Amino acid sequence: MLTTVGGKPLKEALAHAQSRAKRRAFLLVLPLLAFIVVSFIFPIGQMLYKSVSNTGFTISKDFGTGVSTPIMTNLAEWFEENPQGTDPDETAYAALAADLLVLRELKAPGQAGTRINYELSGSRSMFTKAARKAKKLAPPFKESIIDLDEDWADPSLWQAMRTASSAVTVNFYLAALDRKRADDGSVEMVPENRQVYVTLFKRTLILSLMITVICFFLAFPIAHLMATLPMRKSNLLMILVLLPFWTSLLVRTTSWMIVLQSQGVLNDAMVATGILADENRIQMMYNQTGTVIAMTHILLPFMVLPLYSVMSMINPSYVRAARSMGATSWTAFRRIYFPQTVPGIGAGALLVFILSVGYYITPALVGGADGQLISNLIAFHMTKSLNWSLAAALAAILLGAVLLLYWLYDRLIGIDNLKLG
Amino acid sequence: MALPTHASTLERVWHYTYLTICALIFLFLIAPILIVIPLSFNAEPYFTFTEKMLKFDPTGFSTRWYDLLLTFGMNEPDAVRDSSWWADAWNNAAWINAAKNSIIIGFFATVIATTLGTVAALGLSRPEMPGRRIIMAILISPMIVPIIITATGLFFFYSSISIQDWGIPYLGVILAHATLGIPFVIITVTATLVGFDHSLTRAAANMGASPARTFFKVQMPLILPGVISGALFAFVTSFDEVVVVLFVGGLDEQTIPRQMWNGIREQISPAILSVATILVIISIALLTVVELLRRRSEKLRGMSPQ
Amino acid sequence: MKLKTALLATALTSVAFAASAQEVTVMSWGGSYTKSQVEAYHKPFTSETGIAINSVDSDNPATPIKAQVEAGNVTVDVADVEFSDAVRLCDEGLLEEIDLSMLPAAPDGTSAADDFIEGALQDCAVANIVWSTVFAYNKDNNPTAPDSIDDFFNTAGFPGKRGVRKSAKATLEMALMADGVPAAEVYEVLDTDEGVDRAFAKLDSIKADIVWWEAGAQPPQLLADGEVVMSTAYNGRIFNAAIAENQPLEVVWDGQILDFDLFVIPKGAPNKEEALKFIAFSTDTQRLADQASWISYGPARKSSGALVGKYSDGITDMAPHMPTAAKNLGNALVNNFEFWVDKDAELNERFNAWLAK
Repeated sequence: MLTTVGGKPLKEALAHAQSRAKRRAFLLVLPLLAFIVVSFIFPIGQMLYKSVSNTGFTISKDFGTGVSTPIMTNLAEWFEENPQGTDPDETAYAALAADLLVLRELKAPGQAGTRINYELSGSRSMFTKAARKAKKLAPPFKESIIDLDEDWADPSLWQAMRTASSAVTVNFYLAALDRKRADDGSVEMVPENRQVYVTLFKRTLILSLMITVICFFLAFPIAHLMATLPMRKSNLLMILVLLPFWTSLLVRTTSWMIVLQSQGVLNDAMVATGILADENRIQMMYNQTGTVIAMTHILLPFMVLPLYSVMSMINPSYVRAARSMGATSWTAFRRIYFPQTVPGIGAGALLVFILSVGYYITPALVGGADGQLISNLIAFHMTKSLNWSLAAALAAILLGAVLLLYWLYDRLIGIDNLKLG
Repeated sequence: MALPTHASTLERVWHYTYLTICALIFLFLIAPILIVIPLSFNAEPYFTFTEKMLKFDPTGFSTRWYDLLLTFGMNEPDAVRDSSWWADAWNNAAWINAAKNSIIIGFFATVIATTLGTVAALGLSRPEMPGRRIIMAILISPMIVPIIITATGLFFFYSSISIQDWGIPYLGVILAHATLGIPFVIITVTATLVGFDHSLTRAAANMGASPARTFFKVQMPLILPGVISGALFAFVTSFDEVVVVLFVGGLDEQTIPRQMWNGIREQISPAILSVATILVIISIALLTVVELLRRRSEKLRGMSPQ
Repeated sequence: MKLKTALLATALTSVAFAASAQEVTVMSWGGSYTKSQVEAYHKPFTSETGIAINSVDSDNPATPIKAQVEAGNVTVDVADVEFSDAVRLCDEGLLEEIDLSMLPAAPDGTSAADDFIEGALQDCAVANIVWSTVFAYNKDNNPTAPDSIDDFFNTAGFPGKRGVRKSAKATLEMALMADGVPAAEVYEVLDTDEGVDRAFAKLDSIKADIVWWEAGAQPPQLLADGEVVMSTAYNGRIFNAAIAENQPLEVVWDGQILDFDLFVIPKGAPNKEEALKFIAFSTDTQRLADQASWISYGPARKSSGALVGKYSDGITDMAPHMPTAAKNLGNALVNNFEFWVDKDAELNERFNAWLAK
């Protein structure tokens, strides 16, 4: 048996050295990995948790002192004792009346009503109104509460309260897909005039696909040109691709705004040359057209770069051989050249598609109402409507889609092959 | 792509059509960026070329929007331009403050991203690295995950640990920007390391150099161009980032992109175009630096210039 | 490199130092409105008390402060919000209560409680101005001048794009008024499902021509640039664009919707004491009158009315530009805050679903 100088068997020593090298390599990566986990993976996980948990109807927090108080406890108890489908009786309404009184004291009817409103649109005001009159409620509670608003007898409302009385719920995912729980607990679509998210997911996918396709058609010829030109000339052209890549996103979006505005450069030029009458200026901004044009411009380099790097490796003698054997230039291109560019197309298309489904800035600035993408709605629920659970659920769905594509990208192309400039 | 002499008429027509198409696509790429430059010198508050500008009449041009960048937010913008005026501008002008914030945030984010990223890239490029693929996927993910999701997650995270009470200004934004810059550092540095000949480090070790000495004397000079261009990418990422700043930045943490964002949404005046022009010039400078670095790196590694 | 680091470190510490000095952060609506407050309130307040004001802007301060309080990350001390938002946020425990007895009396000795217009003082809020949502047009781009709210919704008679605030509040009321509902019945109608449908149906008729705006500074800009021919707007913004910047803009008072803006203190504000001082200072008789010389919003104190004279250019009389001027009240709607306290969330949800279609 071979041994080292120290008398250890060689195999063992080698394995030891190997594992030490492994450890050392891993230790180098560890600080960054830890940093990313804390500053990136964990926050996203925390956000995902928000999408399945909402305490709006279970806990009220005093924002001054930070003290949390359980709310709607009587009602929660009643729900626990009575299974789904039980008609609310006098004890249920009595529990509700008691809880409304607590809400009033804690200044929490808005919060509780908001939570129910997520499940049943139009119910927030019932809570605020009822809590205002909570002190005047007297037995029999059922009559006196229904007297306030007959909707208190609505089975949908009771179903919504039952759902909300536990913090953990998947209903925000249902809402993110334009669905809700019916009175019997089954899943159904929300009324037509409130459906919006599925449309937006679809629009996001369609526009992203459109942008990817346009990028491909624009990138292919110029990548081909650069790959076939002599180095000196192609380097010059490369600068034209890289300059937009290095220019601030906001600068590029601003540029498009001044070009596309109805009083902007493009419309002015068309009016000046007589193509358009002054009163027929084309609306190219604050709609989908603006979003697509600007995003195509912004994402085009991401398509050109991988295509170019693949095309510059293609040996021109294959095409020449095909031509010499009698293929027309079209056949030679279609059968010989094009198949060799497919890896570059895959890399570019996936990259552009992944980046465009999550776009926010450009649609927000030039998208108007119908050029908004799902990201803009996430931002809306984050900063305006403050329905954070719904924002998190929408984000989780988008994240799922992106990770799927990312996995696909890694499988097909390998992230190691991601190159910049 | 020269046209062969035996090309048919049809091929000739196609060839020139093709070149025209390519020219138009390049125009599409570059024209919108360059158009802001002359418009930023517009004497009128419009976004199109006035007649005077088209006739190159000097009165059609002015630097008033650049001046506005300086005076906007000042206490006494109309005072005589002496040293106290400049001090006022330095301390109070909104765009100057935004530039200061952007540079501070960008600098620290870049330092964190580059240090951690370079060290990790060294480990990742070792053949013994376990679980390379999955770790790489995790480290690159901040670039792939939509920024709105990252910003949303960080908003809750920073609120839950009340980072604003820690007394370190810009901390949240700096850490977030470092995270966003890391994939770029990893990609560029590992790309440089791909061509790295590991026998060099072994040779150094063989001749008795300590690991640290090997790193600084052998590896570092070779991968430096990659590190610098990674750092530049990280800096630009931070310098251009607006969504995270909007979500997690304090109200007084105005950066250039955030100031631009407000400007574009509210009152898109040609002042925005003058900022844009300055940024375009900066990006041209950065592009040049990166290109020079790339050439240097290839020369160092003995590869033929691509 | 070392020098650079040292420089940056100095810059950083100086920023940190600046943040710890005595300061109140006031959040308002941006543009010429914030400017009027800076001139009338902030500058005199700082020179009198030495407390610096950090002025920040938002499209609608009610949303960021709600987000801040709920996330436990409050950095704003004073915010300027609309009536219904002030009441709603107070109901939800998101605002500090304000001791109204600390408000100064009018110069003639009338107590603050009697001096303020009815409704201007709330448990958590003190009003500073009366403003209104109107619609305005660009004289250069409208051959015939529109003169009623109907004309805003009449794209056949008055072709061109319309700017509208991206919010249900005021938009739905205007739609109903244009659809023939008398001002007095607007909220009654809007309280029914049919009424809401009716408002959206009216909006549908011009939806394709609407350019949505969010920040108050946008409408004058959209009008001046010719991006829209008419736009809803806050009346003071149009006044400033027309008078101070000589833009050819004109306000149509028919169908205007009056509202208060009030100062509130978010719960957990870092400088509550200074914030209270600021509110008391800013809402005294003289300051409120001063603000009216910078923008055409009516002061919330009766005693300020007599002190309102000319615009800061010294030429323009403010009185005819005030939303409360008798000639402007012909067909005016007073915002029903109770309605919006209850319905804001619901109607905006419906509004957004409608918008995204």
